[in-house]
Amino acid sequence: MTELTVKNVSVHADKSMLVDDASFALARGEFVALLGPNGAGKTSLIRAAMGLQDVSAGQRLLGGADVTTLSPAERARQIAYLPQTRPLAWPNSVRDVVSLGRFSHGAPLGRLKGLDAEAVDRALQACGLSDLATRKTNTLSGGELARVHCARAFAAEAPLLIADEPIAALDPRQQFRILDLIKSYVDHGGGALVVLHDIQLAARYASRMIWMKDGRIVADGPPADTLTPDRLKDIYGVTARIEGTQIFIEGAV
Amino acid sequence: MMRDSLLMPALIIASVIALVAACFLGSTALPADRLLSALFGGANAGDRLVVWQIRLPRAIAAYIVGAALGISGAALQGLLRNPLAEPGVLGVSASASLMATFSLYYGIATITPWALPIAAIIGALTATAVITIAALRTQSVVTLILIGVGLSSFAGAAMSLLMNLAPNPFSLSDMINWMLGSVANRSFDEIRLAAPFILAGGLILFATRRGLSALTLGEEAASGIGLDLRRQRIATVVGAGLATGGAVALAGAIGFVGIVAPHIIRPFVGHDPARSLIPSALLSGLILVVADIFVRLIPTSSELKLGVVAALIGAPAFVWIAMQRRAGND
Repeated sequence: MTELTVKNVSVHADKSMLVDDASFALARGEFVALLGPNGAGKTSLIRAAMGLQDVSAGQRLLGGADVTTLSPAERARQIAYLPQTRPLAWPNSVRDVVSLGRFSHGAPLGRLKGLDAEAVDRALQACGLSDLATRKTNTLSGGELARVHCARAFAAEAPLLIADEPIAALDPRQQFRILDLIKSYVDHGGGALVVLHDIQLAARYASRMIWMKDGRIVADGPPADTLTPDRLKDIYGVTARIEGTQIFIEGAV
Repeated sequence: MMRDSLLMPALIIASVIALVAACFLGSTALPADRLLSALFGGANAGDRLVVWQIRLPRAIAAYIVGAALGISGAALQGLLRNPLAEPGVLGVSASASLMATFSLYYGIATITPWALPIAAIIGALTATAVITIAALRTQSVVTLILIGVGLSSFAGAAMSLLMNLAPNPFSLSDMINWMLGSVANRSFDEIRLAAPFILAGGLILFATRRGLSALTLGEEAASGIGLDLRRQRIATVVGAGLATGGAVALAGAIGFVGIVAPHIIRPFVGHDPARSLIPSALLSGLILVVADIFVRLIPTSSELKLGVVAALIGAPAFVWIAMQRRAGND
């Protein structure tokens, strides 16, 4: 069972503490939302978890092995990562960008064969991109591009997925589409850790919510247990009402 | 548009034609039958001399210098994710030719024939390393280009200083040759000294080309999909430094070729930096051989320098490509 385990991890940049003694685990079949205000340390935490960022203390285990002992390709075969900024340097075709998801399997662009080509086709299909496969990425809309990046991540067919704000700047329909894609990935046995700012959507999709503030994880549990007006006040500094599954944010404290 | 699969054969055929044409053309007309028999060891001594000692080495020198600059340009563009990156623009060529001039000026080059190419390569590697360290700190390509301008200006100033202090007009004209770039009077001996470095650099760039495709996604996502960023940077810097240094050791600083060829090639290879390396090298070689044929044929009182002609073609192309880029692409 592939699992990502983070134990007592701290991250420092110069003198400031970005992540302070954080521990969590991500297993297959889980949809975990990572929430917290800007600057809470969410991105630092997930980068540290994958071994992309050096830590000042703590352990990161991926499938039982220390992530720092894995090669970048070995790690990439187990965790697909969708970073917050997703620049595309060249106007490649959609299929070529999605094919890059197979990079860690050693597949060269434009000449994918066998399993690699099938994985790319499946990812294109799942994200509704089959008709756009030959389009250049600089001709796509924001929503289409977001799906291209998702398809790129899915094409790796890694057991775990970490996505940093995958629905930022998307319209409501596209937000649902992306989260539905991640949900279906989880239903098929994947484990996803998703940074979200939309509390309503996070509560709706996530099986667990991890709440961060000032570099610390302050709560980790199912939405029913951890999503409370007090929590929203503590984490975001807003007053809110919660009625069933509805969250009404009424203003800043 | 030409099909991708036809690109390589077309470039190879055009390259062979250009190399043969370069042997044909020149101040002494050489009919086809005499050229062919000279190429294959027949004909009279005079013809053989013209072909084997003058025209062929010169054409081959132009070709491999172009190829080295083309593959370096394509690889640097992939690494820095910018179509304006190129050994000349980034100050790599100027730094290499400064070091080469230095080794000539202080007589280091007389100790061993390897001193000149090694000096040029040290200059190239230093400049490439500075650019890459700067690239770690800033995402802005404008900053990188400005650093390149700074490196070029510094190398130019140091070069002017050397010229200022030049002991006699002969060393002065030697230096001008290095600054302007030329393949006139190159022999197979000089090619043999530069070729190993160009070949080694080219092989490093070719072997690590997949990482350049990964960098299309930006550095963060590229490491996410399993690229060893550090290794990729070192490989591209060393590869481009070796190839550019070797090219400068052979021909001096020839700018802008490495920018034009990859730009033309990209649409044919799906804008994939990895697939653009070899075609860019072939096309750059072709461009320089053709440019050199013009240099030899244009009736001017003193022969034009190849680097001057390359810049006359390449610099406007650079400006044009820069203007095509939409704001916010940086």
